[in-house]
Amino acid sequence: MDVVLTLLGIGIAALSGLPGLFMARTAMSGQRLTTLLAVLGAGLGLAGVGCFWIIGESQPLVLAWSVPGAEFNVAMDGLSAIFLVPIFLISLLGSVYGLGYWKQTAHPENGRKLGLFYGTLTAGMALLVIARNSILFLFGWEIMALSAFFLVTTEDEEKEVRDAGWIYLVATHVATLCLFAVFGLLRKSLGSFALTPLAEGSLTPAMATAIFVLALVGFGLKAGIMPLHVWLPSAHAAAPSHVSAIMSGVLIKMGIYGLVRVTSLLPAPPLEWGTAVLALGVVSGVLGVAFAIGQHDLKRLLAYHSIENIGIIVMGLGLALIGRSLSRPDWIILGLGGALLHVWNHALFKALLFLSAGSVVHTVHTRAIDRLGGLAKVMPWTAVCFVVGAVAICGLPPLNGFISEFLIYVGLFGTLGNGEGASFAGVAFAAPALALIGALAVACFVKVYGAVFLGTARSERALHAHESSPSMLVPMSALVVCCCLIGLVPLLLVPALGQGISAWAPNVKDAGPALVTLAPLGWITVMGMVLIAVLLVCGGVLWVRLQRSVVAYGPTWRCGYAAPTSRMQYTGSSFAQMLVNLFGWALRPRTHRPGKLTLFPQKTDFHSEVPDTVLDDAVLPAFRFGARLFSWFRMFQQGNIQVYLLYIFLALIALLIWR
Amino acid sequence: MNTMIHNTIHVLLALTLPPLLLGIIGKTKALFAGRIGPPLLQPYYDLIKLFQKGSVFGTTTTWMFRAGPVVGLATSALTVLFIPLVNGTAPISFTGDLILLAYLLALGRFFTASAALDTGSSFEGMGAAREVTFACLAEPALFLGLLVLAKLSGSLQLAGMLGNSLAAHWATSGAALALVLLSWFIVLLAENARIPFDDPNTHLELTMIHEVMILDHSGPAYGMILYGAALKLFVFTALIVRLACPVATGSPWLDWPIFVVAILAVAVVIGIAESTMARLRLIHVPVLLVAACLSSAFGFILLVR
Repeated sequence: MDVVLTLLGIGIAALSGLPGLFMARTAMSGQRLTTLLAVLGAGLGLAGVGCFWIIGESQPLVLAWSVPGAEFNVAMDGLSAIFLVPIFLISLLGSVYGLGYWKQTAHPENGRKLGLFYGTLTAGMALLVIARNSILFLFGWEIMALSAFFLVTTEDEEKEVRDAGWIYLVATHVATLCLFAVFGLLRKSLGSFALTPLAEGSLTPAMATAIFVLALVGFGLKAGIMPLHVWLPSAHAAAPSHVSAIMSGVLIKMGIYGLVRVTSLLPAPPLEWGTAVLALGVVSGVLGVAFAIGQHDLKRLLAYHSIENIGIIVMGLGLALIGRSLSRPDWIILGLGGALLHVWNHALFKALLFLSAGSVVHTVHTRAIDRLGGLAKVMPWTAVCFVVGAVAICGLPPLNGFISEFLIYVGLFGTLGNGEGASFAGVAFAAPALALIGALAVACFVKVYGAVFLGTARSERALHAHESSPSMLVPMSALVVCCCLIGLVPLLLVPALGQGISAWAPNVKDAGPALVTLAPLGWITVMGMVLIAVLLVCGGVLWVRLQRSVVAYGPTWRCGYAAPTSRMQYTGSSFAQMLVNLFGWALRPRTHRPGKLTLFPQKTDFHSEVPDTVLDDAVLPAFRFGARLFSWFRMFQQGNIQVYLLYIFLALIALLIWR
Repeated sequence: MNTMIHNTIHVLLALTLPPLLLGIIGKTKALFAGRIGPPLLQPYYDLIKLFQKGSVFGTTTTWMFRAGPVVGLATSALTVLFIPLVNGTAPISFTGDLILLAYLLALGRFFTASAALDTGSSFEGMGAAREVTFACLAEPALFLGLLVLAKLSGSLQLAGMLGNSLAAHWATSGAALALVLLSWFIVLLAENARIPFDDPNTHLELTMIHEVMILDHSGPAYGMILYGAALKLFVFTALIVRLACPVATGSPWLDWPIFVVAILAVAVVIGIAESTMARLRLIHVPVLLVAACLSSAFGFILLVR
């Protein structure tokens, strides 16, 4: 039942954009139909997950499939269910948002294409999550990867967008190449392409390590683990905002899903894997947020925060892996529980932030943080949505981000009590690192919210901004509600998380109840309520005092200067400057400053930027070198399709002979 | 019944004592400068006066400007309930309460810094930038210290970590605890805008941190900020007191007075520290905070070596 409903949802989502292709591209009717189908498909998918949670596990569905070695084998388990929810939920809200944000009447040249690939992206992701055969998994994976490419390059008339698209395409193909190797090696050990757990002792340590490392690179590229994140910032910035929301909130989580799934298949992970994953998580988390602080582009900044949050998720996964190596169920439960919950949480608040950013970009037509300002007065709803997203992503109570970070903190502190001494103390250092990440995130979001929404408008466009339409505000408000709900009543999610944990580590029984005993989620609810009550009391006191005393209004105190302009406000770049300098060793900020000023200085300018160090200083030079090295290979590239067909024919002949 | 009385004293003391700490610090600094200084209870008079005054709001501000003081006060008021003042018990105590404590303070910081940016003044922007930047380095120092205490006590509750067993640990792991004490004292000075990080009495907006963030607040809202800051100072001072003198005689008639004397003594120490040091140049502040982190980290390494 659950699998059938989900498959039906996937089918409808995949085809949702198709009827629209045959309708007028300058009218809204096609887009409305596409949205309706997408909502229907996502709704059916969510109903399928609901069925799974209420009724329980069902039989896998196996259909005949003519692809050699493959079978169409789909099934639902706790892990699939957890990853399916954000896929369908964000897809649903994103397509509704698109009705106001990317009106087909305003974008006749690419509106239909966007609708088509939004549906196939959803379908591809959902398919790979329920696939139980690696060929089928790769099938879904490639549908997802290519749809995302077409979505990123929606506005392909702009060079910046095309560049972002190409970098993404290269990265995703490298990832797929690694996955071919992973599944090839798995087949060698298992004898089939089925995704079933390997028996203990069926893998040599070298083979297991090879599979693990390849999976870490392949899935890490998709997830955007630092330093494999090179494609992520520009792709997220270039795409339309509801596409950025689903890419950042959901698509990169498919890398996490892959890592979680593959590590669940491998028996007895050695301690080094968990430690390496944890270390990667710390690096991603700290450097992700450090790079975010240096950005001037609103959406690029949010993209770097995805790298940070992936880092937090990976830290949880690392803790769970360490727990499996040392047979500590409590670390598995807290680490994986925190990681899986953060997958949800990040999907919710990052989608919320991208949709709010889209709401801003939609009216001011710029992503430059330092050109904005004072938007909270003209777009109050968007401002509130952004604050909620910002508080949630900083991991602050009483919202959802706090819950998952809390679980990971408790797990990390818990490793202190293992009595194994110094050899193991390094793991606990991840807790202060997480504190550093949290504090940096607060700094970054104060900067963004302050520069974009507070103060006064820094440009004409920001001055004449207006609030977005309800079709954009409703999906944002729905995400606000989800963030608050999870933050205040996390106990609601415990059964789902428990099933996910048990699916990953079958020998951990009753993970749900154990999670509640390990981490006092009931107390979190109580404290959330108390916090709201105290806030209301303090707010009430202030309100009463203001009612009963004289309140005057005047200009901001400028320390005696009488003619301030909005350009004299503290900009986002000035706000971030100290932190950027502190992390200068990694960010390598570039500044262009005027030379020595003469006695009567002429008009001059100053600008600074934080480019992506890994992309600019490592990947691009390496690729240029590679391109030079392989330039002789061009003689095979004739630009003639008949010749290419000949190559394929020759390759097939060669393979047949080799067989 | 006993717990109830204990908790009532805790709440009453934690809500009424904090401004006195400010008074004592001020008096100590005045004595060092050869002045008589304002009365010890001056901070209370200030608060009462401010709550009766009218206010001026900037025309550029939004709801965030009002939310800053409210959230700042609410979060500090909530955190005083987590700290065990005497006998290793606190009104609210559960596994992981230390994390909630740190994150509640961060929530307050988010809103006070945003309220500062709401004015559109570049001075307040500077203050907010400095506040959040230095917090990035103070937070890991706090958590590294918590690691030491968690390792020693085997507990994940502040009440257990700063409980009565700490006295015995001073005998066995004194060096590690002393390093944490040093680190947390630096964090206290940084988080509460004290010299050498920030001079609450300075005259130049350009060099301030905390004070410049709240330049535009007035009347009751400003009173809430001052009271919230006093509560935050109380939280950090109480942490230091419990860490440095975890005595428990067993009798509440002795324990509470000992605690009050100890916390006032720490206030005097803060006053002395402020009187004998000059404010650091801003670019040197991160160095001192990194030193605080390293101090706690060395403490942790001493423990697990």
